[in-house]
Amino acid sequence: MSSIHTKATDWLAQLESGSCTSREITQLYLDQIERHDATVQAFLQVHRETALEQASEIDKRRQAGKPVGRLAGLPVAVKDILCSVGQATTCGSKQLEHFVAPYDATVMARLKEADAVLIGRTNMDEFAMGSSTENSAFQLTRNPWDVERIPGGSSGGSAACVAAAMTPLSVGTDTGGSIRQPAALCGVSGMKPSYGRVSRYGLVAFASSLDQVGPLASSVQDLALLMEVLAGHDPLDSTSAPVEVPSYTATVDEPLEGLRVGWIPEQFSSGLNPEIEAAVREAMTVYQSLGANVQEISLPHAKYGIATYYIIAPCEASGNLARYDGVHYGYRTDEQAMLTELRDQLQAAGEAAESIDSPLVRMYRKTRSEGFGPEVKRRIMLGTYALSKGYYDAYYLKALKVRRLIRHDYDQAFENVDVLLGPVTASPAFRFGEKTDDPLGMYLEDLYTVTANLAGIAGISIPCGFTAESLPIGLQLQAPPFQEERLLRAASMYQSATDWHLRRPTLS
Amino acid sequence: MSKQAYQVIIGLEVHVQLKTESKLFCRCSTDFGQPPNTQTCPVCIGMPGALPVMNEKAFQLGIKTAIALNCQIPHFTKWDRKNYYYPDLPKGYQISQFDLPMSCDGWLQIEDPQGEFESKKVRIIRAHLEEDAGKSMHDEVAGKADSSIDLNRTGTPLLEIVSEPDLRSAAEAKAYLTELKLLLTYLDVSDCNMQEGSLRVDANINLHIDTPEETAATPIVEVKNMNSFRAVERALIYEADRQYQVWEKTGQKIGDVPKQTRGWDDQAQITRGQRHKEESSDYRYFPDPDLVPVQVTEEEVVSIRAKIGELPAALRERLVQEHGISPYTSDVLVNQGRALVHYFLEVAQACGDGTAAGNWIQQEVLRSLKEQQLDINDFPISSAELAELLNLIERGELDNSRGKEVFVEMVQSGKSAASVMQDKGIERVDESQLIELCQSLLAENPQVVADVLSGKQQAIGALIGKAKQQNPNINPGSVRQILLDLVQQMG
Repeated sequence: MSSIHTKATDWLAQLESGSCTSREITQLYLDQIERHDATVQAFLQVHRETALEQASEIDKRRQAGKPVGRLAGLPVAVKDILCSVGQATTCGSKQLEHFVAPYDATVMARLKEADAVLIGRTNMDEFAMGSSTENSAFQLTRNPWDVERIPGGSSGGSAACVAAAMTPLSVGTDTGGSIRQPAALCGVSGMKPSYGRVSRYGLVAFASSLDQVGPLASSVQDLALLMEVLAGHDPLDSTSAPVEVPSYTATVDEPLEGLRVGWIPEQFSSGLNPEIEAAVREAMTVYQSLGANVQEISLPHAKYGIATYYIIAPCEASGNLARYDGVHYGYRTDEQAMLTELRDQLQAAGEAAESIDSPLVRMYRKTRSEGFGPEVKRRIMLGTYALSKGYYDAYYLKALKVRRLIRHDYDQAFENVDVLLGPVTASPAFRFGEKTDDPLGMYLEDLYTVTANLAGIAGISIPCGFTAESLPIGLQLQAPPFQEERLLRAASMYQSATDWHLRRPTLS
Repeated sequence: MSKQAYQVIIGLEVHVQLKTESKLFCRCSTDFGQPPNTQTCPVCIGMPGALPVMNEKAFQLGIKTAIALNCQIPHFTKWDRKNYYYPDLPKGYQISQFDLPMSCDGWLQIEDPQGEFESKKVRIIRAHLEEDAGKSMHDEVAGKADSSIDLNRTGTPLLEIVSEPDLRSAAEAKAYLTELKLLLTYLDVSDCNMQEGSLRVDANINLHIDTPEETAATPIVEVKNMNSFRAVERALIYEADRQYQVWEKTGQKIGDVPKQTRGWDDQAQITRGQRHKEESSDYRYFPDPDLVPVQVTEEEVVSIRAKIGELPAALRERLVQEHGISPYTSDVLVNQGRALVHYFLEVAQACGDGTAAGNWIQQEVLRSLKEQQLDINDFPISSAELAELLNLIERGELDNSRGKEVFVEMVQSGKSAASVMQDKGIERVDESQLIELCQSLLAENPQVVADVLSGKQQAIGALIGKAKQQNPNINPGSVRQILLDLVQQMG
């Protein structure tokens, strides 16, 4: 038996050769969860029994020589935002605390079909809104490298559980950096695929035109493996692209000849932590030493990325989250208490009773006030305001235009280079509560990542160093839409020349 | 203040449920009348994460209708979210079309065969697709404030057809709706059943009142809750009168008060102001990011147009031109729908006499259908059988009135004309037989002969009755003529 730090692709080889069983692997990771998740708190649910049952069942099939799926027997953790039939899908929100999904997200169906062992569901910022996972209604997830610090977000649970070796593979979602930023802060690899590459059906929507599902793991090879299962056209998602999925694992270890790498000087201006700057510049020299041509590239409209993102994402969210009204499912305010309060107010109001809200309006307001956390409310209000009569043209429409320009910048850049290289975040993982009262500071966590979502291109985060305080630093690579294969190969070149991704946190 | 002349200005918004097997954005059935909440899925009940996928058939039915309404079909159209809260709208928004609808700038011609108003083209601003909401059922029992919601209807495809305010009377509004419904029926795109809600009408109405100083416009009122065309007509007549009275009392003009919504109370036959809706009036439309815009090519439009077939206006014209029936008869036939016109065309062709076919169908067939509450497709007399009957009459095998007798028997028994005639013993009476009968009648009734010769022609009637008693197959007209001729010869 190998260690919990074994790569998923290596586990798979061992499973196929019969040198270990899925049950053994699953038990190994369940033990690690048992030991450390009380501290890390990456999981909202751990499916001990069902995972072991599933593992045994897959082992039996494999031993009988029957066909098994692409991930047969490998544990996979899933962000608690993908609907899975019969399971609570909370989205980190009180609003959906007791919501049991009646259907499978396409991604869940694909994982099941691939015989992945579904080991548990991971913590996240409420409705994927946040960059620290502190917005979860249920628990704080800790960064395995320093448990006093945040793991990043919103897929903080999915990044932390891989960093803490509680699973070889996990699934997250990325709307503005929610896979790449926590991957960077937790020292793991994570990819946001191109918009349309992975089905969004059953992914609880935050911002529909930006949301994408993607893999997290401790190596690029493992990302390639999981991507092969996640990616592909889905007739249930009109925005999923009918573009063929290449075999990522077949090519991931092949270096790219004559790779042209672009870097964006604007990203190295003030505000970037010097240790991160040094690590990213060092990564450029690694690429040069691998024969790549590194050149400067300009993305003139990237500086409007955050402003554009924080118009478009909240606008879409204000519509997407309207359904959590307490009528059909999810949280509903205590109606008896509400009606008693209403009766008292009506009596007190006398003549003015007409102006008091009807029970229905009151139920909506109290349900939503009580069910959503402050960040979600902030974004619903931002979006509602920006879409209101008289503001639409100045905000939403303008943001759509800038979004086009950002995409255009990328199209031009990719005429000259194959991938873009830069930092994932401006600073390493911060301490809990540090940015709670500074929402704008929190929004700047997405500075280097949102433009990939706005443009619909692919982006990856891989470890490229550590700060003096031993906090991981992430390197971001970006590639044109549907060039995940190129992105994975470029990232794999780097990992074959460095060992940052092999370092592990020490958990006491 | 004395009563002023005023003009009624009416625009109509018609929502039509399109006849599709499945809903607009999911695969649930659109069947009406199923147990509550049995035709639902994660998409139409707005489950977290569920996504819409457009129903191509619904889109094509929409385009087909828009083409028939003479609309422009833009090559690019998209879906928007209309945001408002209501319990029967599970997503908190309705997927609709806002600034780039699938069609715009059309018209529908209306005429009144009675000539109460002049024929006119009513302009259509736009026709766009959207999803229907569910149904709320409120428990009115005192002390029980519970409401139930049925989401079977949620997501059913609706085509919203918005007219310009080109209508000038309740009668015109009714004519527009009647013609629109007929068109939709010919297109076979909707059941158009107002009781089941597959056709719904809202009206916007105000008055232009001429005063010595100016033409004053009263505030526009939206009238809802009209469940039949008759209700629309009555509600609009009532509302015009009500607005005039309010204007006389208050002088309120458009812009003085916010736009009001009033509901038609069919029991009380009045419109009532509706409580301000709990939903917002700012719908915060924005493009639905879950759906992709739809491109419509010229070839697709041409191909759909080619499949539309002849529509009522053209058909009315053709029946008059090619089959010699009156515009009135043509109107009556065409208004009954494509199946009846088809029946007419078959009868006309088989008997070779369009006028006779038109008159018989317009009178006898329609009366019979109404009495039996039958659809033309279930009518017991086939077009060939009716043509046979008309031919027998044409050849003089039986007269018109006996023909009607035979017709009634054919409907009841399902037998052919020949077989009914045989049952009834109807056969052609020779001219010589008739003369013989008349001669004997005159011989037996000298007083009648004397009366007729003295100028009392009506006395002959008694003999016609006797003739019919002796031989029911005689043609009274022929007998009458022969009798008169014989008397003349005797005189």
